[in-house]
Amino acid sequence: MPLAPAITDLEQLKNHPAVARLLGWKQDVIQSIKYDRDEMTIVVDRSDIREACALLKQDATCPFNFLSDITCVDWYPSEPRFEVIYHLLSIPNKERVRLKVRLNSASPAVESLTSVWAGANFFEREVYDLFGVRFTGHPYLRRIMMPEDWDGHPLRKDYPVEGYR
Amino acid sequence: MASLTPTPVLEPGQDRTMILNMGPQHPSTHGVLRVLLEIDGETVVRLMPDIGYLHTGIEKTCEAKFYQQVVPLTDRIDYLCPMTNNLCYVLAVEKLLGLEIPPKAQWLRVLLNEMTRINSHLVWLGTHAMDIGAMTVFLYCFREREEILKMFEAVSGQRMMTSYFRVGGIALEPPLGWFDRVRDFAGYFPEKVDEYENLLTGNPIWLMRTKGVAKMTAEDAIALGATGPTLRGSGVDIDLRRDMPYSSYEKFQFKVPVSQEGDVFARYMCRVQELRESIGIVRQALDGMPEGPIKANAPGIVLPEREQMKTQMESLIYHFKIITEGFAVPAGEVYQAIESPRGEMGYYIVSDGTAKPYRVHMRSACFANLQTLAKMCEGRLIADVVAAIGSIDIVLGEIDR
Repeated sequence: MPLAPAITDLEQLKNHPAVARLLGWKQDVIQSIKYDRDEMTIVVDRSDIREACALLKQDATCPFNFLSDITCVDWYPSEPRFEVIYHLLSIPNKERVRLKVRLNSASPAVESLTSVWAGANFFEREVYDLFGVRFTGHPYLRRIMMPEDWDGHPLRKDYPVEGYR
Repeated sequence: MASLTPTPVLEPGQDRTMILNMGPQHPSTHGVLRVLLEIDGETVVRLMPDIGYLHTGIEKTCEAKFYQQVVPLTDRIDYLCPMTNNLCYVLAVEKLLGLEIPPKAQWLRVLLNEMTRINSHLVWLGTHAMDIGAMTVFLYCFREREEILKMFEAVSGQRMMTSYFRVGGIALEPPLGWFDRVRDFAGYFPEKVDEYENLLTGNPIWLMRTKGVAKMTAEDAIALGATGPTLRGSGVDIDLRRDMPYSSYEKFQFKVPVSQEGDVFARYMCRVQELRESIGIVRQALDGMPEGPIKANAPGIVLPEREQMKTQMESLIYHFKIITEGFAVPAGEVYQAIESPRGEMGYYIVSDGTAKPYRVHMRSACFANLQTLAKMCEGRLIADVVAAIGSIDIVLGEIDR
């Protein structure tokens, strides 16, 4: 089965429950959108992410009530450098959606989701530890994988695979 | 290193609580989990898990390997269910490539995955029962697990780090007589589950140690990101095999066990019933195993047969190119989640169009499940912490990656 080309036109995708819900809240909330390999990706501004997630969680027809995962990708050396990625799952409707926030390399920070899902705690600590992205409003933003006194953030692309010698 | 500063949680001014370190060498923490406990006498006031002792940077290592070289790394994340991790990774890469997998390979993957689930649940049952004090169950469980490991060895050459699945199919045909051996096992295994249940399910000591212990509501479980039996034990009916099927799971009939109580016993019942459902799926897979190839027809991605590689020029070229240069994967990103024995195992892979993944992220079920521990234990007795840790079935290799 050959790959179908990705759809990036908002008009064609506005019937997806998550997209419809977000557009109903604010017309310009979606910065860009992509439907590729049966997966929906929505890029929102970093100031909107917490409210967008809270809205999607409370939706009446298709509540994205479960936070599957938070992770990050480093696009060094291009800017905006970091993409923080949120995977949401709707347990009643069996739907998934991926939200993204793009951050510049100068003091990357985004609002924490711990007030929406308590389970965001460990995931955000992991992203902070391995990428150095800060989450404002996180109750305990400390390293989780690496030792407390570790230098640098290992999953950044400018961090060598063998570590600093 | 995490730390807990003693806080006067109970009565201000009175220093009644103390900090107790449990682990990382504690035998009932299933590896190297350190749990910081703030206790008032025998009661846990606060609890904080401290992890990272097994962090090996697998996600970073993946970025420096070809796509096919990542498969052996995925075994090492969760050493109790290697095939599940293999499957999740290859499914994600196949989704990126848009590859179609022949039915026989898909059914074999299902068969092996269910055997892996049985293997993993047997280790969980044995160690969990031993933590609580029932020694015999451990020996019984490992007797059956040994048989499964021997079958894994027969099929892949390794007992634990199988690396048996490949992008585009599976590595080799199972050896002659292997299916009969599995059928044999599927025949007598349900009796063995009865044996374990005879030892535990009605046992008054077991019931006292598990019923009503470490309770968690469905809302808390969802909010904390719990998946798998930890979530289903609290009454949330979701199983990715049934609800978002992958690798032909939609062609199998099985029930999803759900318990409502949300305590250690509920999670125990979920997993024990899953043992029976899994062996049912194994039997269905054996009965309906389709004929045909076990590898996709994709010459630039799947290694050619040994015979062809030695006799045909073209196959030799493909073989050489795959080994030395890997294969390029179209740019894009996918998140593939499957139901591992512990919950939702997900692989998020970003490709930039080259032969090496740009980013591989593993969403590990235990990592999220571990967050429920504090909710389960705070306000309860110290002895229940051990039961609670056992009931969420953690594997530290998967948590720390």
